[in-house]
Amino acid sequence: MAVLIYAENWEGKFKKLTFELASYGAQLASMIQTQLVAVSIGEVADEELLKLGNYGVSKVISLNHPQLQSFDSRQITRAIAQVAEQVEASALVLSANNSGKALAPRLAVRLKAGIASGVNQLPTSISPFVVSKKVFSGGAFASLTINTTVKILTLLQNSMELKEQIVSCTIERFEPTLDGGLTSPKVLESHKHAGKILLSDAEIVVSGGRGMKSADNWAPLLELAELLNAATACSRPISDEGWRPHDEHTGQTGKIIAPNLYIAIGISGATQHIAGVSSSKCIVAINNDKSAPIFESAQYGIVGDAAKVLPKLIDALKVIKNK
Amino acid sequence: MNILVCISNVPDTTVRIKLADNGATIDNTGIQWIINPWDELALTRALELRDDPSSGVKQVSVAHVGLVGAEPTIRKALAIGADNAYRVNCDPADAFQTAACLASIVKNASFDLILCGIESSDYNGSNVGGMLAEMLDWVSVSGVSFLKVENGSITVNREIDGGRETLQVQSPCVCVVQKGIAKEPRIAAMRGIMQARTKTIAVSEWNGAESLTTVASYQPPKARPSCKFFDADSPEKLLEALQNEAKVI
Ligand SMILES: Cc1cc2nc3c(=O)[nH]c(=O)nc-3n(C[C@H](O)[C@H](O)[C@H](O)COP(=O)(O)OP(=O)(O)OC[C@H]3O[C@@H](n4cnc5c(N)ncnc54)[C@H](O)[C@@H]3O)c2cc1C
Ligand SMILES: Nc1ncnc2c1ncn2[C@@H]1O[C@H](COP(=O)(O)O)[C@@H](O)[C@H]1O
Repeated sequence: MAVLIYAENWEGKFKKLTFELASYGAQLASMIQTQLVAVSIGEVADEELLKLGNYGVSKVISLNHPQLQSFDSRQITRAIAQVAEQVEASALVLSANNSGKALAPRLAVRLKAGIASGVNQLPTSISPFVVSKKVFSGGAFASLTINTTVKILTLLQNSMELKEQIVSCTIERFEPTLDGGLTSPKVLESHKHAGKILLSDAEIVVSGGRGMKSADNWAPLLELAELLNAATACSRPISDEGWRPHDEHTGQTGKIIAPNLYIAIGISGATQHIAGVSSSKCIVAINNDKSAPIFESAQYGIVGDAAKVLPKLIDALKVIKNK
Repeated sequence: MNILVCISNVPDTTVRIKLADNGATIDNTGIQWIINPWDELALTRALELRDDPSSGVKQVSVAHVGLVGAEPTIRKALAIGADNAYRVNCDPADAFQTAACLASIVKNASFDLILCGIESSDYNGSNVGGMLAEMLDWVSVSGVSFLKVENGSITVNREIDGGRETLQVQSPCVCVVQKGIAKEPRIAAMRGIMQARTKTIAVSEWNGAESLTTVASYQPPKARPSCKFFDADSPEKLLEALQNEAKVI
């Protein structure tokens, strides 16, 4: 028996979310009283793989196969399912990011496993297996019972504290059996947003809405973000208008994020916007309308004109940083 | 080429969810039901392709797993322009059951491309599309933000962490679509509404597919503590609170 996590890598390196996954997996494994195993696909140096041992992973199963080089969810599913069967995984945990969302449902069918997606906490009970998840885009929570022997969970990014737990960790190679006759989608072109803090990875996010008035007013928002080492985001009308790139749009129809701090500037707080940010640990709102709905979701607020508040906030922040 | 768009029927996204029977169920009274926003955009894109002769797309169908009460939503999809519709008469308990019902429709028809939304706004599962693909043993691409079909050849953009890829995909395949797939949802015109009345909804009975999960109970979201306000002229107070109280900077 084991808890198995999918330790995704980006050009051979793990990210914070990989260790969040391990931290979650380790606690789940101790609830089920079993070991934590990770599966890694592609070329990752042993030194990197062994970092998982700092977060409770006692075995890393590493596989590298020419057919797994491009991300074909059908083939990768087969490979991970074979690993799950070999280690007799009773639970599989993936990140609720793009690749986790692509793989988890396919794995669920392959392993005949019930799935709880987008969880942000440990199960409340193991037998029966009950875990809470957000439904209606944050309008309610559901206690979901998974009735199958194998369970699959996808974990929201930034919802789990890293928990260091150093264990002795071994690496095992695995040769998956893949169907050579299957054609994978062909990558024609690949484009990376270089040098930006990814919205999904960011611990602090500074976000602007229509109250910013025009695309030309974004400089102070960007400066604030830089000072805070934050990613930038926006409400939907802002990306629709082309004031900011589409990948910054948060909300029900954009990105769903859960940073530690979300600063909403000139955003009214429509339900569809809140749906994307309601899991943030702390929301700060700056809005000139005291009755704006955003203040119902915010922990801290400033009622005022963004154009005046932002420079003052930036100055105050510089003072703190220089201390 | 024939496209199938899977549509789910969800409460209007502005509605405040109320629980009933001590959290055993959701109170459905007064809820307005709509096509899941993603599915509406997927349908819009599928229709744009059908209406473009160079795409090679001949027919756009929609499928829904649900009870007869969802037919107004299906009719709406027909009014927007779908050619025909399928409904499996089953009140699905989870994504697995939904996908299995959809698979039964697909196995008895000839679709080349299936579009699903990235998530339904009710259960926020993000599961049906991938499950359906695995049940059919088809290729699936998720995070699709752009879809082009030319003479039956499919090109998509897929969003990945920190970037984007352009892929050429062979049919049959399932695309799970997200932001970007279409600009604005297409709106039903009067003529479409009239025509929708005569289009067929093929109803099939539940095929016995099981569900793997059950909702034990619902809880309202945790009430957030009320907002603490700071004066616009002293933002340092706010920063202090963020440092020492919330401990987030
Ligand atoms: C199906 C559907 C899906 C949607 N999905 C999303 C989504 O994913 N994300 C999203 O964001 N929206 C989404 N929307 C749109 C959403 O309903 C709102 O229209 C949108 O979020 C409003 O954006 P906003 O807050 O920037 O603008 P507004 O609602 O116009 O709010 C601007 C705010 O700025 C304040 N303001 C004005 N001037 C100033 C100033 N000088 N200083 C400070 N504050 C000022 C105002 O008081 C106001 O509160 C969706 C809508 C639908 C129907
Ligand atoms: N009851 C349903 N009938 C048909 N399609 C559905 C149904 N539920 C979900 N889908 C499809 O699956 C997508 C993802 O839904 P979900 O996995 O429930 O988040 C939706 O956007 C729809 O395309």
